[in-house]
Amino acid sequence: MVQNIIDVKNLSKSFDISSKEPGLKGTIKHFFRRQTKSLKVIKDISFEIKEGEIVGFLGANGAGKTTILKMLCGLIYPSKGSILVSGYLPFRRKENFLKNITLIMGQKQQLIWDLPPIESFYLNASIYDLDKFEAKKRIKKLSEMLEIDEELFIPVRKLSLGQRMKSELLAALIHEPNILFLDEPTLGLDINAQRNLRKFLQKYNKETNATICLTSHYMKDITSLCKRVICVQEGEISYDGKLDLLLKKLSPVKEILIVCRSEEDAIKLENYGFTVKNKIKNEITIKIENNSITSSLKTILNNFDIEDLFINEPPIDEVIGKVLIKKDYDI
Amino acid sequence: MNLRKYLKVYKKFLHTSLASELEYKTNILVDLITAILSLVGSIFLLSIFFQNNGYIGGWKFEQALIIQAIYTILNGITNTWFNPNLTEIVKHIREGTLDFVLLKPIDSQFFISLKKINPSGFLEIILGFFLLFFCIRINQINLNLSFLTLSLITISCSICILYSLWFIISATTIWFVKTWNAIEVLRSFLYIGRFPLSSFSFSLRIFFSVFIPIAFITTIPSEVFLGLSAFWKILLEIIVATIFFINSRKFWLFALKFYSSASS
Repeated sequence: MVQNIIDVKNLSKSFDISSKEPGLKGTIKHFFRRQTKSLKVIKDISFEIKEGEIVGFLGANGAGKTTILKMLCGLIYPSKGSILVSGYLPFRRKENFLKNITLIMGQKQQLIWDLPPIESFYLNASIYDLDKFEAKKRIKKLSEMLEIDEELFIPVRKLSLGQRMKSELLAALIHEPNILFLDEPTLGLDINAQRNLRKFLQKYNKETNATICLTSHYMKDITSLCKRVICVQEGEISYDGKLDLLLKKLSPVKEILIVCRSEEDAIKLENYGFTVKNKIKNEITIKIENNSITSSLKTILNNFDIEDLFINEPPIDEVIGKVLIKKDYDI
Repeated sequence: MNLRKYLKVYKKFLHTSLASELEYKTNILVDLITAILSLVGSIFLLSIFFQNNGYIGGWKFEQALIIQAIYTILNGITNTWFNPNLTEIVKHIREGTLDFVLLKPIDSQFFISLKKINPSGFLEIILGFFLLFFCIRINQINLNLSFLTLSLITISCSICILYSLWFIISATTIWFVKTWNAIEVLRSFLYIGRFPLSSFSFSLRIFFSVFIPIAFITTIPSEVFLGLSAFWKILLEIIVATIFFINSRKFWLFALKFYSSASS
């Protein structure tokens, strides 16, 4: 039986936030008498993650995804509740715990700006107490997986964003951690760089059975990497389960574009009783519920002269977007 | 604490920061020229104060020059280690890159205090030592083992006090976010350390001994050089340095509990 590597129970986090009224008067008031209020950003959440799982955290900006990740890796003290990661209390940041985890943030970097990445790798290797031989072996292995070679010897400031992100990954993985916390790792990368990064993460997870917790606003990252997602809305978990189940729940209908041989057929089809989204000449788009798709298609093919047919999945961004913006969306 | 590992990491820190600095040759050259001009300017200023009256606060110009030498050495240390590292703490906290430091299996205070080095500060340290040896000659100071040991102890204590003060101020960034001004105030107080403590009024002497212990930073080591320092003063400096260093450590660990990381 696969063991839980992350165990979170009734976790809450509050921050003191100061607010300021607009204008000069507000600024002066804010300077002399700062008004702060306690804002509960994480509200009594519980979940478990098994070893080797890749879990995506979904949520709008400010929903609390990054705060959860930062509490899991021990950067922020929780206000209430308990967290156990790999058997450790993260916020104590014990050496053995830190050797087991890594945090990669798409918008922050740890590489030394003026030097080639290889220098940062050897610095990290010494921090993780790896000898030169072992460090060299790991750099070689990871650079092959990440498909970087010459870039290792070019100053970081001269690298492209994609090359830099790959180097960041290498620097963060040199100690071969078991748990990876990734906060928007593909932010700002082009499509090919995003794809390569996803490919690498899949490979890394397969080869090392590492657990990956990921937040991303690019749905492609989530769909290609995560079987399980945790949706966070205003600090609460609104869904925790399989991604395909969520998609089925959120999008119970499919759109089918039918190209009829004649416009008359299209008109007939329009009046047949299907929910029609739109019709342009001999092309008609209808909506069919997922559970009746086979029978409906059979009816169409038997009764109409069809030239072509396309089944369109609704764009995943649109589907997930619904759950992120509307708190009381029924999932 | 694994000392071997820490030495290995420090060697890497030295290597990477020297390599980073050497990427910008002109900058280093300008820094070197600034260090020389700053020392010449300071000696000139000091000589102006002594022009009319041979003594200030009971100190001769040749004796006051020792304070200038110690100040130059300390300023060199400040520019080599404290300035590039401790001012960076504010940036680390404001931009949230402290996250990377805290997630490394290494002491975070060690990491943020020693990661960088500014090689041009070395010249100031060398110039300071040259001036100090010159002062030893003109003041006809007899060099012996006990004198050297006491000098080393008092200068180390001075470094320790200065580091701890600077570090504590930088650590308050966790609550106040911006503390550049407080660090500038500390640096200005350090300039005051170029003059003998006895040249100030009684109230200022109390202030610079008790609240901001600038007196301990330059005056006591200088008194040791001149054989003027009482044993209790040296002992007091050791105690003050130890208290400051322990408190900087405790304060950092306490402050980290309030670290909320920068939003992303």
